[in-house]
Amino acid sequence: MNLSETPQPSELVGTGPTRRVVLTVGGGLGLAAFLAACGVSGGGGTSGGAGSGKGTIRALVMKQAGYSEADIRKMTGSFQAANPDIKVTLDFVAYEALHDKTVAAAPAGTYDVVLIDVIWPAEFGTKKIIADVSSKWPANWKQQMLGGAVATPQYNSHFYGVPWILDTKYLFFNAAHLAKAKVDASELDTWDGVLKAARALKANGVTKYPLIWSWQQAEALICDYATLLGAFGGTFLDGSGKPAFQNGGGVQALEFMHQSITDGLTNPTSTQSLEEDVRRVFSAGQASMAMNWTYMFGMANDPKQSQVAGHVEVLQTPSGPGGRPGVNGSMALALSAESKNQDAAWKYITYLTSQPVQNNFALSSLPVWKSSYDDPAVVKTNPAVVKQAKKQLADLILRPQVKNYNAISQVLQTEIQNALLGKKSAQQALNDAADKTTPLLAK
Amino acid sequence: MSATGVATAPRKKRRARVGGKGEARFAFLLLLPAILVVFGVVLYPVARTFVISLFAVDSPLPGFYPFVGLSNYTRVFHDPAFYGVLRNTLYFTLVSTGAELVLGIAVALLLNAPLRARWFWRSLVVLPWALPTIVNGALWRWIYNGQYGALNGLLDALHVSSTPVQWLGSPFLALNMVIVADVWKNTSIVVFFILAGLQTIPTDLYESARIDGASAWAAFWRLTLPLLAPSIAVVLILRTIEAFKVFDIIYVMTGGGPASGTQTVAFYTYLQAFSNQLFGYGAALAYLIVLAVFALAMVYLRMLRQGQMSGVE
Repeated sequence: MNLSETPQPSELVGTGPTRRVVLTVGGGLGLAAFLAACGVSGGGGTSGGAGSGKGTIRALVMKQAGYSEADIRKMTGSFQAANPDIKVTLDFVAYEALHDKTVAAAPAGTYDVVLIDVIWPAEFGTKKIIADVSSKWPANWKQQMLGGAVATPQYNSHFYGVPWILDTKYLFFNAAHLAKAKVDASELDTWDGVLKAARALKANGVTKYPLIWSWQQAEALICDYATLLGAFGGTFLDGSGKPAFQNGGGVQALEFMHQSITDGLTNPTSTQSLEEDVRRVFSAGQASMAMNWTYMFGMANDPKQSQVAGHVEVLQTPSGPGGRPGVNGSMALALSAESKNQDAAWKYITYLTSQPVQNNFALSSLPVWKSSYDDPAVVKTNPAVVKQAKKQLADLILRPQVKNYNAISQVLQTEIQNALLGKKSAQQALNDAADKTTPLLAK
Repeated sequence: MSATGVATAPRKKRRARVGGKGEARFAFLLLLPAILVVFGVVLYPVARTFVISLFAVDSPLPGFYPFVGLSNYTRVFHDPAFYGVLRNTLYFTLVSTGAELVLGIAVALLLNAPLRARWFWRSLVVLPWALPTIVNGALWRWIYNGQYGALNGLLDALHVSSTPVQWLGSPFLALNMVIVADVWKNTSIVVFFILAGLQTIPTDLYESARIDGASAWAAFWRLTLPLLAPSIAVVLILRTIEAFKVFDIIYVMTGGGPASGTQTVAFYTYLQAFSNQLFGYGAALAYLIVLAVFALAMVYLRMLRQGQMSGVE
């Protein structure tokens, strides 16, 4: 049988490129390399400008915890009504995409306003991605805002934005579950008490895994670890800026986390969960206790979104041998350094962060202004959280304010997960993390 | 049975100068938009990435950065984390491409058979591929969820296991579960390439083989597979390159965890470049990916050429 007439595509194995093709491609690459080289070692970025104070501005914000998309659109709508010569275009992304989108968009100056996390002013400020707005900060703001809020956009005594979302993690619990297991809520005042309550809930068959956490390999894991680190008396860094989490309280905090998994008290799904996963499991009645941001209180008590609505209560995070600091998870609105319309952008920032606007949306995120907490209208919107916030916000633990924070956080996330999955002991995992982060901190 | 006459004769180099200089200029003008697009979206970014890889660029903004020569490249080979992500990438590439190829050939053979409502089954196969990878990743993340996922629900309903499995809870298992999600989506494209290849094989060849006493299995091994070689090569190149560059499904399903067990070279490159703003180092990593992919493509093409030169016995 002869297959000589069978179609045989020969293009793939055809003759090699001709000299002309090689020269053309090579020449093109050479020209491209020449032009590309100009961009790296020459020139310099275009810098932003004040602009006319009107026109269109673009803001990058978050569609997750804190203010909802509807809240932000409503605030923006009222801003535009008050400033008809300024139009605001909003882009919403998940928290996990916020940092990288800010970085990627910086050279083009795509955004005039960006939402930044408390851990980014050091990085974005030193790299001039966001503008230093220290000179725009009215002197009285420092006194009028809560301490944790003032610290949020600050690095090296410079301000790189205005605090907007003041948040920390709280302990939420299902009161009906506790009642079934005959556990008194006062037991949740300490982490030891939380474990005792979890054992009772499990023993009584109320929930198979009473605790759920956001321990996925992400920044959410570091937020939970920070809370426990503080409670066990540890610190991220020592006085000279070197790693200290591998000592004392840092190790105890991680041992506590791992032990709660091996004892079957923490849902094993926690190592794959972010805050929204925590909220869903808790709202489905499949967990009795959870740490999460303020926003969960409203959603878990909303019958449209929760099967445990009406049973959810909130507490300050429990205390340990080192106290009960809450993690500073606040965020600020910053001016993009490349913005060509900084005056209009600043008007927008000061409007959104103003006390009346923040008071109006206190149910989603508590205001950064001290006096708001004495305003009956604000207290009325969220009395349970405001009561706990007054205590919790007075004692916040900051994650390291360093330029290479992201790289350090990635190392910690991996090593903490190694310990949680039982691949390393807590001490070994944190020793390894310290070894890897020491050179990063020195840069 | 022998096969000769594969297109091996040297091609005549013909420089057809049909018209004069004016016509050549006109042809060049017609080609100019394409040349500009290729220059703008291929050559310039490729060259710029290479140039960036030679500098200690640590910000997205243009400026003056120290020239570091090839030290970003040497750094890659001294980075312990790189070997972990390289191992994950090679495993992902090998297993996912292999599984997609085997499944793809099997499904294509089935869809090439005279089935009832064949058009319907062929349309159905395209569905997973039509799904955006982000949606596919989110879908499988839900299926695998250890608390309320469909897979555990199915195992429970079938009385296979009532204890929920944490499908994404340990590094090696998570990597394999991501591969399953990738295979589910990308087998479709393999099916279509192979199906197209199958339809170019004349049916009389099979009749001749049957008359010569060849079994169905022998016909598959000695007729179908060799004649499918070009289609297999194309799809292998495409899928290997895509698998080696895998990023989005990892980003959505695991975020590189647990314990960095699903981080791949492309994901690691992204972390270095965008999360850590080490653009010079990220560019060097990206270039190494390009070189690896180029080398793989050359190997495949070489193998294909050798296969065609030796013919089908």
